[in-house]
Amino acid sequence: MPTKFQRWKERITATDIVMWFIGFALLVFIILGSILTLRAGRYTPVQWFDFVIYGLAQGSIYALVAMGYTLVYGVLRMINFAHSEVFMSGPFTAYYVAAYFYRSSLLESHPVICLIIVFIVSMTISTLIAFLLERIAYRPLRNAPRLIPLITAIGASFTLMYLFRGLYGTGFQAYPVWEIFSGKWALFKGLEIGKIQVFVIFAAALVMVALYLFIQRTRIGKAVRSVSEDKEAASLMGVDIDKTISVTFIIGGAAAGAAGVLYALVFKQVFFMMGFIPGIKAFTAAVLGGIGNIPGAMLGGLLLGLLESIGPALFLDGFNIAAPYQLKDAIAFLVLVLVLIFRPTGLLGERLAVKKA
Amino acid sequence: MKRSLFLFVGLFMFLAASIVFAAPPTDPLGVVTIKPGEPIHIAYWFVTAGSDSTLGIDTKRGVEIAIDDIKNNLLGHKIKFDGQDSGCNAEGGQAAATKLASDPTIVAAVGSNCSSEAKPGAPILWNAGIATVSPSNTAPYLTDPKRGPTYDGYLRTAHNDKVQGAVAADFAFKSLKVKKAATIHDGSVYAEQLANVFAETFKKNGGTIVAQEAVAPTDTDMKPVLTKIVTAKPEFIYYPIFVAAAGHITRQVKEVSGFEKVALMSADGAFSVDFYKAAGESAVGMYHSSPDFEAFGKVYEDFIQKHIKKYGEKTLAPFHAHAYDAANLIFKAIEKVAKQEKDGTLYIGRKALRDALYATKNMKGITGSINCNQYGDCADPRIAVYKTSPENVKTLVMPKKSFWKPY
Repeated sequence: MPTKFQRWKERITATDIVMWFIGFALLVFIILGSILTLRAGRYTPVQWFDFVIYGLAQGSIYALVAMGYTLVYGVLRMINFAHSEVFMSGPFTAYYVAAYFYRSSLLESHPVICLIIVFIVSMTISTLIAFLLERIAYRPLRNAPRLIPLITAIGASFTLMYLFRGLYGTGFQAYPVWEIFSGKWALFKGLEIGKIQVFVIFAAALVMVALYLFIQRTRIGKAVRSVSEDKEAASLMGVDIDKTISVTFIIGGAAAGAAGVLYALVFKQVFFMMGFIPGIKAFTAAVLGGIGNIPGAMLGGLLLGLLESIGPALFLDGFNIAAPYQLKDAIAFLVLVLVLIFRPTGLLGERLAVKKA
Repeated sequence: MKRSLFLFVGLFMFLAASIVFAAPPTDPLGVVTIKPGEPIHIAYWFVTAGSDSTLGIDTKRGVEIAIDDIKNNLLGHKIKFDGQDSGCNAEGGQAAATKLASDPTIVAAVGSNCSSEAKPGAPILWNAGIATVSPSNTAPYLTDPKRGPTYDGYLRTAHNDKVQGAVAADFAFKSLKVKKAATIHDGSVYAEQLANVFAETFKKNGGTIVAQEAVAPTDTDMKPVLTKIVTAKPEFIYYPIFVAAAGHITRQVKEVSGFEKVALMSADGAFSVDFYKAAGESAVGMYHSSPDFEAFGKVYEDFIQKHIKKYGEKTLAPFHAHAYDAANLIFKAIEKVAKQEKDGTLYIGRKALRDALYATKNMKGITGSINCNQYGDCADPRIAVYKTSPENVKTLVMPKKSFWKPY
């Protein structure tokens, strides 16, 4: 009768050992860097607080987009690479509405109503694009080998990108400033917090909670979960697979449309390739949290945002590395590698791995 | 039997050719033949899409006006002017240059816009024997004595950033009287070298560079890196980067506590109406180094009038005049080296054209007197500092009067 240790020894391979070695080396590097930075005392607590807020604001946008990736992966087992264009289409279209409000000074007199309309327009367009994407590009290929929808997704991504380039031109547009969001609120002891950051974090949280409750509590949400668990069984139990998959795309599209407006409110510039980088980051966030898992996408997004904001200062400053913020993507992906070494299914992806193995 | 037949036919054709074209010109890099009625093909590789497209459109229009000014007639031939988008990055420059290099009808090229494009692109073009004149590459490396023979076909009518960086540093130290400055570059050849020239000159003047940071051109959230810079307490931030990232930095600087009074300065790469769009109100009061338009004189006024008439708007970025000069540099060189048959057929030797371009001396251009040195620097560099007014941002028009000049 082999002991537990013996069985464990049989299963272990050279690759595992190398990976663990790399993982531990990275971990030591990160911890050492953090200790050195903190001991140097270059940043005040207020500045650390700022880093966290910036990270959370950026991260909540990633999280919203990541939900779209993870939802679609859940039901279709495919990476919807065109999701970054779903993210772009909404705010890029809504820009023209916002610019109209700005010109007609409606923005000044009724900022909240204007904001709501911009959100509605953006979410509608993104939802529509996501719905059509599934209907036209993915549904006919549902039973094709798994690589085919993936390639189609990349093709759809380019098609949409250049479609919008054709529609709105190659240059970028800048969102008008909402005066209600400029400025800061003073908290205590010199702590200040930007109004726009607060709004982004709360709005994103609201949308995420709403979507989560929709998935968990409603009948349609239950259908989505059942399809994600076992398509055939769900179909046998009377769930309309086509409709459920459409709903999934619609939910993801709405989240991306909302995220797009938040992104545009913070960063102002919209153009036809604006979705590319946030799309990749959000996909990373989804993998980080465990792809297919909705709370995982939220957690992954927030974590990635925080890492990008705090990581370079915390991990690299202590080593006196020049221009650490150039390496912020490297740090974000390094941590992704680290997480995948120790937890190949992502942070919250364990149940999923058992289920789908 | 067969071989001798080929030999005979070949010999016959050669003889026939020598009779028809008395002495076909030869050139070590090949000869472009332009038959009567065919256009002279000059190609651009500019950034015509994305956030830096104003740079490309502006320079493209400069060349188009130059073509109009010679009435689209060079030695009895029309000019065919088309090209490729070069994306303002190394990959785009490489792709655009490769596409141009595969077209044997191209006599010469105008471009690129961004120095990052020229670094891989210029050698590809020169490998195909195509000389290229850039209206807006400013990175010192491209005309450095150490650049190597692969850049032999490369010239520029834009200033060298050794000049621009020094002007910016002198302005900051002598005019604004700041002692502590920070620089931000975006990893591009242009920005990194310009930031370094600035830092060197600023230190030489007696100032301190308290932070040298870098971002990626695609970054959007600049607040973390700005928070890092604020710990070094600079009075002045110099970020000679491109429109999108410079816009994000300009907007976000004021959101970081501790930067309420900092002076901001960027360079010619972000001196365009699109930058005003990107940065909005936050651009008001910031400085840009740029070619000195006031030094251009009367000819420039005419150029602007033609521009407004042709395109219905004012110029969009700083390098239209350099593009106009670059085009004329090429036209003059073609006129000098082209061999013309009686029927109008043109022969342009590629090496001869390159040598003629490099031999340009005292050509009167809009931007000044064009003199090419042995490394391809042709500009008459006059750099001034411009300050953005609320009016500029509101009406999306470039500032007309310079704020400070080194001379």
